[in-house]
Amino acid sequence: MAETNPQTFPATTASTFPRLLLQNAQIRPTLPAIREKDLGIWQVWNWAQVNSEVRAFACGLAALGFRRGMTLAVIGDNRPRLYWAMAAAQCLGGIPVPLYQDAPAADMAYVLEDAEIDFAIAEDQEQVDKLFEIKQTLPRISHIIVDYERGLRHYAQPELHSFAKIQELGRDYDRAHPEFFMNELNAGSAQETAIILYTSGTTGKPKGVCHSHQAMIATATTLVNFDGLNQDDNILCYLPLAWIGDYLYSFAQSLLTGLCLNCPESPQTVMTDLREIGPTYYFGPPRVYENILTQVMIRIEDASWIKRKMFHSFMAVAKRVGLRILDGATGISWSDRLYYALGELLVYGPLKNVLGLSRVKVAYTGGEAIGPDLFDFYRSIGINLKQLYGMTETCVTICMQASGDVKLDTVGRPMPGVEVKIATDGEVLVRSRGLMQGYFKRPDATAEAIDDDGYFHTGDAGFFDGDGHLKIIDRAKDVGKMADGTLFAPKYIENKLKFFPFVKEAVAFGDGRQECTAFVNIDMDAVGNWAERRGISYSGYTDLAAQQTVYDLIRDCVEKVNVDLAQDTLLAGSQICRFLILHKELDPDDDELTRTRKVRRRFIADKYAILIDALYAGKASQYIETQVKFEDGRLGKVCADLKIRSAKTFTEARKAA
Amino acid sequence: MRRSEDPQRQNFHRGQESGLKQMTDQRKIGEVILDLQGISLSFGGVRALTDISFDVRQHEIRAIIGPNGAGKSSMLNVINGVYHPQQGSIVFHGETRKAMNPTRVAHQGIARTFQNIALFKGMTVLDNIMTGRNTKMRSGLFSNAIWWGKARNEEIAHRRKVEEVIDFLEIQHIRKTPVGRLPYGLQKRVELARALAAEPNMLLLDEPMAGMNVEEKQDMCRFVLDVNDQFGTTIVLIEHDMGVVMDISDRVVVLDYGKKIGDGTPDEVMRNPDVISAYLGTSH
Repeated sequence: MAETNPQTFPATTASTFPRLLLQNAQIRPTLPAIREKDLGIWQVWNWAQVNSEVRAFACGLAALGFRRGMTLAVIGDNRPRLYWAMAAAQCLGGIPVPLYQDAPAADMAYVLEDAEIDFAIAEDQEQVDKLFEIKQTLPRISHIIVDYERGLRHYAQPELHSFAKIQELGRDYDRAHPEFFMNELNAGSAQETAIILYTSGTTGKPKGVCHSHQAMIATATTLVNFDGLNQDDNILCYLPLAWIGDYLYSFAQSLLTGLCLNCPESPQTVMTDLREIGPTYYFGPPRVYENILTQVMIRIEDASWIKRKMFHSFMAVAKRVGLRILDGATGISWSDRLYYALGELLVYGPLKNVLGLSRVKVAYTGGEAIGPDLFDFYRSIGINLKQLYGMTETCVTICMQASGDVKLDTVGRPMPGVEVKIATDGEVLVRSRGLMQGYFKRPDATAEAIDDDGYFHTGDAGFFDGDGHLKIIDRAKDVGKMADGTLFAPKYIENKLKFFPFVKEAVAFGDGRQECTAFVNIDMDAVGNWAERRGISYSGYTDLAAQQTVYDLIRDCVEKVNVDLAQDTLLAGSQICRFLILHKELDPDDDELTRTRKVRRRFIADKYAILIDALYAGKASQYIETQVKFEDGRLGKVCADLKIRSAKTFTEARKAA
Repeated sequence: MRRSEDPQRQNFHRGQESGLKQMTDQRKIGEVILDLQGISLSFGGVRALTDISFDVRQHEIRAIIGPNGAGKSSMLNVINGVYHPQQGSIVFHGETRKAMNPTRVAHQGIARTFQNIALFKGMTVLDNIMTGRNTKMRSGLFSNAIWWGKARNEEIAHRRKVEEVIDFLEIQHIRKTPVGRLPYGLQKRVELARALAAEPNMLLLDEPMAGMNVEEKQDMCRFVLDVNDQFGTTIVLIEHDMGVVMDISDRVVVLDYGKKIGDGTPDEVMRNPDVISAYLGTSH
């Protein structure tokens, strides 16, 4: 069952990230390295400038007492200075620890304590305030450096410094100790830890994943070769710094090839910035693609009838032949090719331009299953969207789909240099050079995750299909059995529900039960627009979710899923019998989702036990009060009388026939 | 939210490179810059304001409160020069006059926002804020039309100022959006942006937080405090939300039926029995 793909890695001339930076400053000093939109204008730093900024900041850190082996917390959105701070820490042999910037102070405190943070760099006042709040219980944080000083004029705390001030300090230090920086940089070795990334904590407390320079650079080299990236490429950095994908796809690939990173003006302007930059390489979890498509569809529905008609007729052409044209298939009639070319001119081209995807060579999605309509939509209009599979512990990069070898329901073949094995219980095991060094200060957890043969246990259940593509079904531990022995794969069912634009989140229950039930979160944008179109008035999420017509709408979706499930002998027994629409959106602030927006199944089952009981007791409605946490940390209460509805189930297709 | 007047507090890296150039410590409440004496205003038989006197000091946040129809907006319009009082005198920057004149007032550095949003709905946020620079524009119609020479450099300078305001109020994402498409809370913020673009010394805000939810109010409070703190702008505001007024203002003047019934710090005003009865609606 083992799938091996041995291939030697091309030797990189530099073995650590700081050396790569130095190399870029020498080979391509005047090429753009990073851009940021500031006051409405894209500001550019070339490689030579980035090198000197990083050097100044590194020396400044050293002047404050930052030493080899220390950790630097990095908290904020994608800003050039935060990337430079990570590079600077690495130059000194320190380890950057990026954190999720939207986490409340309490969540941050755990990571800051676990990672033994002394130095932190924060983006702005909001993050600085959080750090000072944490500092009361965690006095070891000795220096806080801030990028954007707005609102901090009256902060007199001696441990607070501005980024520019530290750089100034660093330039003085550099003049006084001219040998220091290069000595420190040369002392770094490839085996040292380059970065610690905390897992999102789907199960239990977050764990710090340590990656060495060697593992990261080897993986990034594989990635760069896989898609042929070079210094002319552009990437928009908009995903959280704390997520491995941002470090690997943005920062590491940039240092390796010299491609240019682009930082958006603010998290709200990403769509506009995307259009202005026109990146050539794009990565996003399925929900990002879904949001874009939802926006497009809403705007098309609001457009004039002629545009609407044109869009729909050419999308039909794209659906018919677009995928085959993208895959370079032969045997497509000239008339279809002509139609498609016309569509490119009138619809697909302008659409891609508006979305900022005109120049995309390759786009990836991963982390969650992607809906068939969604996937085909992008591919049919000529965007080379592909899937990949991986996790923080393996530097992502376990399997990826090669251009021209793309399937909807798989994650592709194992990457060069990655060995994938399926355990007897169906769990996917991985061995590669990109594996983590271990969990920070958790040898017990490391030993549990990596076995004696060096295989990492992913915890995902999957299998190889006939073509050698890996197919992932669910988390191994979530796959259960219903009372009658039918296989119950909750995520599989939830994903099918979530493929409908009206459904934002779903949680399915059924392990050990007679029948399957589900909670549904409606998508406020899509359902809101749908309601507006029909003249249904509503005051907010809770009100909209309780509307009779919305329940009918969702019931249709549930029944379509049931029809789908009925086709599958293994899963026909797990059709959804009853469902309810939750009165509030599941939210990471209420611990219902992880920061990467994965459902925390067990937590939800405990929190809403009363609703689950009502679903199985066959009640028509259930009253519930729920505490919610607002973004500023205040608590509030939402209560509602939730309706519970039944959905039609279907007999198994084969039996019926 | 209340700022401490602790003199020990130092500036945070003063004089350092920063997006906002005016980051010097301007927040020291100074002498009286606007003094209104015995203002009376009536429309026909209706007496809107009766013998009202109060003053505004440099760099302070001065609130005008009162029940509906108390004459708050009329008071603001008198300061602004829209209404000319029948009696009383106004001393502004040492110059005594009977009434203010809106154009002159604008040139002298007073900007305002309105209770009912008064933006150009069809124009983008950026263009709307650009109109706030109107009083500062020097080049003529012709050179502007062909965007040549001085006009071009001037526009670039104005645009930079506008971008600083956009950055300050965190509205980058709606820069190119027509104002009419924006939700109410954001329109209010755009109106503040337009007023700020004029780089005023004194800012008149007519119910800046009306119709906002808690979160929007908090944001707006922060912006008002930041404007006052970072640019040293004197602020006169009308507001209904007592929590907001008591939290952010330095001194409060209370009007009721066109008469002044209280004046002082928020604490003093809250203890004033006349104010309490006006708000609880007892004896009249």
